[in-house]
Amino acid sequence: MKVSYFPGCTLKNKAKDLDEYARKSAEVLGITLEEIQDWQCCGGVFTTAKNEIATKLSSVRALKDAAAKEQPLVSVCSACHNVIKQTNHAMQTDSDFATKVNNYMAEESLYTGETQVYHYLEMLRDLVGFDALKEKVVNALSGKKIAAYYGCLLLRPNGVMQMDDPENPQIMENFIRAIGATPVLYAMRNECCGGYISMESPDLAANKSNAVVKNAVAAGADMIITACPLCKYNLIKNGAEIPVVYFTEVLAEALGVKEDTNE
Amino acid sequence: MNKNFIQEEILRSSGVNPKKCMKCGKCSATCPAYDEMEYHPHQFVSMVENGDIEPLMNSKSLYRCLSCFACIDRCPRSVQPAKLVEAVRLAVVRQQGKNHLTANDIPELIDDETPQQLLVSAFRKYTK
Amino acid sequence: MQRVGVFVCWCGSNIAGTVDVAAVAEALKNEPGVVFSTDYQYMCSQAGQDIIKNAIAEHNLTGIVVCSCSPRMHEATFRKTAAAAGLNPYMVEIANIREQCSWVHKDMTTGTEKAIILGKAAVAKVNLNTPLTPGESPVTKRALVIGGGIAGIQTALDIADAGFPVDIVETKPTIGGKMAQLDKTFPTLDCAACILTPKMVDVAQNEKIRIFSYSEVEEVGGFVGNFDVKIKKKARYVKEDICTGCGACVDKCPMKKNPNEFNLGMDNRPAIYIPFAQAVPKVATIDPNACNMLKNGKCGLCARVCAAGAIDYTQKDEIIEEKYGAIVVATGFNPISMEKFDEFAYNQSKDVITSLEFERLTNAAGPTAGHLERPSDGKSPKTIVFVQCVGSRCDACSEKGKEYCSKICCMYTAKHAMLTRDKYPDTDVYVFYIDVRTPGKNFDEFYRRAVEEFGVKYIKGMVGKVTPEGDKLKVQASDLLSNKQLHIDADLVVLAAAIEPDKSARPLATMLTASMDTNDFFTEAHPKLRPVESPTAGVFLSGACQGPKDIPETVSQAGAAASKVIGLLAKDKLTGNPCVAHSNELMCNGCSSCERVCPYGAITYEDKEFRMPNRTTKIRRVASVNPAVCQGCGACTVACPSGAMDLKGFANSQIIAEVDAICK
Repeated sequence: MKVSYFPGCTLKNKAKDLDEYARKSAEVLGITLEEIQDWQCCGGVFTTAKNEIATKLSSVRALKDAAAKEQPLVSVCSACHNVIKQTNHAMQTDSDFATKVNNYMAEESLYTGETQVYHYLEMLRDLVGFDALKEKVVNALSGKKIAAYYGCLLLRPNGVMQMDDPENPQIMENFIRAIGATPVLYAMRNECCGGYISMESPDLAANKSNAVVKNAVAAGADMIITACPLCKYNLIKNGAEIPVVYFTEVLAEALGVKEDTNE
Repeated sequence: MNKNFIQEEILRSSGVNPKKCMKCGKCSATCPAYDEMEYHPHQFVSMVENGDIEPLMNSKSLYRCLSCFACIDRCPRSVQPAKLVEAVRLAVVRQQGKNHLTANDIPELIDDETPQQLLVSAFRKYTK
Repeated sequence: MQRVGVFVCWCGSNIAGTVDVAAVAEALKNEPGVVFSTDYQYMCSQAGQDIIKNAIAEHNLTGIVVCSCSPRMHEATFRKTAAAAGLNPYMVEIANIREQCSWVHKDMTTGTEKAIILGKAAVAKVNLNTPLTPGESPVTKRALVIGGGIAGIQTALDIADAGFPVDIVETKPTIGGKMAQLDKTFPTLDCAACILTPKMVDVAQNEKIRIFSYSEVEEVGGFVGNFDVKIKKKARYVKEDICTGCGACVDKCPMKKNPNEFNLGMDNRPAIYIPFAQAVPKVATIDPNACNMLKNGKCGLCARVCAAGAIDYTQKDEIIEEKYGAIVVATGFNPISMEKFDEFAYNQSKDVITSLEFERLTNAAGPTAGHLERPSDGKSPKTIVFVQCVGSRCDACSEKGKEYCSKICCMYTAKHAMLTRDKYPDTDVYVFYIDVRTPGKNFDEFYRRAVEEFGVKYIKGMVGKVTPEGDKLKVQASDLLSNKQLHIDADLVVLAAAIEPDKSARPLATMLTASMDTNDFFTEAHPKLRPVESPTAGVFLSGACQGPKDIPETVSQAGAAASKVIGLLAKDKLTGNPCVAHSNELMCNGCSSCERVCPYGAITYEDKEFRMPNRTTKIRRVASVNPAVCQGCGACTVACPSGAMDLKGFANSQIIAEVDAICK
């Protein structure tokens, strides 16, 4: 199966591990990630204002590209996924916005949100299936107690993202089970790490990140996984006492396409 | 700028109806940036409703919202306070042409590990 | 040709404010058959009715049109007026110029124009009216109460007190309902058991009352005065009439680890159990999903220790058929699931509980014998946070909560907070509230005592997140009045979960053809004037099945429902509704369409011999309507392809005449 793939700028630089192991694992699972040609940066955060058009055009271009190939659009970075899914939702539900966007892209065909947008985790759950994933695991991570860190962007706003119950999500926990490890439940898993405030107010980001890590450790975790480069940066920068890695790294490890996660 | 015009513009571009608010304060209870804010999410809702927007436009609180959307998801009345914060912020950067962050500020703020996502997000939130 | 009188009501300014009533009366004077037309301030008053009566006599009227409020409001009134003046009551037509005209229009010109049109339609209809005579049906002098909580108990006791037999159907093994699970009751703090259990005993000992516990209503047929009900008595594997409730079986049962429903799963019960010591009937019940004997045929210990020989592993569900004159719905409520509200960590921590669970934790007969202990480790909580309005007052499009106020939470939370501070003065108690709603006798005084005398800390604001960490619950909340975000390390968090109607209510409403609102609360016939009657004749409402209610309100409504039932059962005969369907046999083609759409089972088919030309006969299959069962809904008249089915009082010709008058 072939899907369109939007890596995003961070995955080409600081988050190469997130990208590389996503691709390698997908191949093992029988899915080819076809990188969108000439993709542009999603912008990092979705601007919720209805009259904000320009900053959403790059997402629409990627969505249209996937639509032309009749493929679902998959991204693995939480932020890219959030921006693209929210933009797609706006194209579906806000006709005024969609008209303005389509007018701007006058030379191309009309787009009204036809593309199916998946996060890589949703792809694992809905297109591959966690049971099928489990069968492909060659190096089960048994004994590892892993805390899933969702942060904000995967789950919210729930009305648009529709990934999982935003207060009691299961998708990453089920993923952890599928690769043979034990999920650790903790309440802070869907709270904010501080996000881009670490630029201006490092203390606040430290505060938020510490609360997340402390809660995960108190719950008995020996590792945290995330899908977001900024979450990972904030947690590590603020002195996480346990490893924080991308979920694609442990996935690749379980599938035997990566050596060891605890570098 | 006419006060009513700004209020209408903010309500229109945010799509928020502050009259739905029942003043429970769950948005401010859930806000991760609360202590950094001079005006808190529930105040954004009631101040925009009252047309008291000037103080919001002059407040640093605009740049403290993390777009975590927790207030949107947890609001029992579907008010979506974060969208109001965003709309007021846009009114400031657009109408007043104010940039909260410039490229010159960047070198001091980053380190070797800073992900591109952080720069991009910050620029999007802090500039025109 | 009819001689029609038209009476236009002002309804004070309700109609006259937006409709020129004199102009309406004047315009309708010229309609066919109208010989008299007038207007008056309050047509439903004594003086107004006299105007109608006098006009009937003076002008020899054969039909009247009253332009007034909805027929649901005063059709019966004006029919009585007409009857008193010697006119057949079904020669009265109402033009609704209030709800459907003056109240929805703001402009006098538009309102007046529409009122005239509605009046013309009613005149056109009354010209085709024929006098109708209602039939009579007998009344079965027995009532059915569905639900055995305080609402059902009180209703049954009051009906029985008037001398009529009553059956209570309760799905659980005992009556008592939610009130039996409570510790104390606001605002007087009487112990719930002390005031409820004597009533339960009264029910058990009352000769007029039968209790079908562990039973469900399966099917309801018939109509007011003559309901046919099938009740499924579920197999409890214990002979109810022999069991003495000694409890020997309960003690000996080896399958001890089953969540105890009565304590909301906070402790365990054996496979054979009696829900609580004061249960009525006090007989044991075997949980077939837990019993090893029933599942695997191994054990049989309870049968061996039962001195009375009451255990019967072969017992089967039993269907009881009974006739009733009236049915009272008292199916009650439940707290909503907290599953979708995990920002409060209900699924993550045993120490985050609902208010009903808190009741059990403080109840002397509860899992901790009344000692307030944390479910996780049995320690005494030193800091307790109560959160109000969890799932109540949500936006209409919320997928998580309810739009309405659950009404009882403010008071029971004040009670919990006060009692905790009274019994454990070294405990810090916080209550997060949006509004404190205490409209009731001595209610606000009660809440103020919690604050002023007992030092409960009421904080205007909401909890946003509860994070279990170590043995603490980190509570993040807003304090709106001091404009602060609070961080409290709590030992116990209590959620005032919204309440919703019991899940059995929806299928029951379908069986009863009783209407419900979008929240599955039963709808009353009139929100102010007929609050305990459902719009379906003979079906009455008691307690929280109709809307959130506390105990004082429930008991008042239970009594009111009982008095309505008594009023019905006291009659020997009921006057039926003559506006029923009838079939023109000559036109009927025997297709069965009407039979299929009839919700009341009023239509049957029979083979009938018809005379044909040349002295031949032919047997044809034709529809026949049982007028006692027909409710006059008209579904069959619409379904009938040949036009054979028609509704008396609402004939096709009458409806067409109305439409013609409106479209003219």
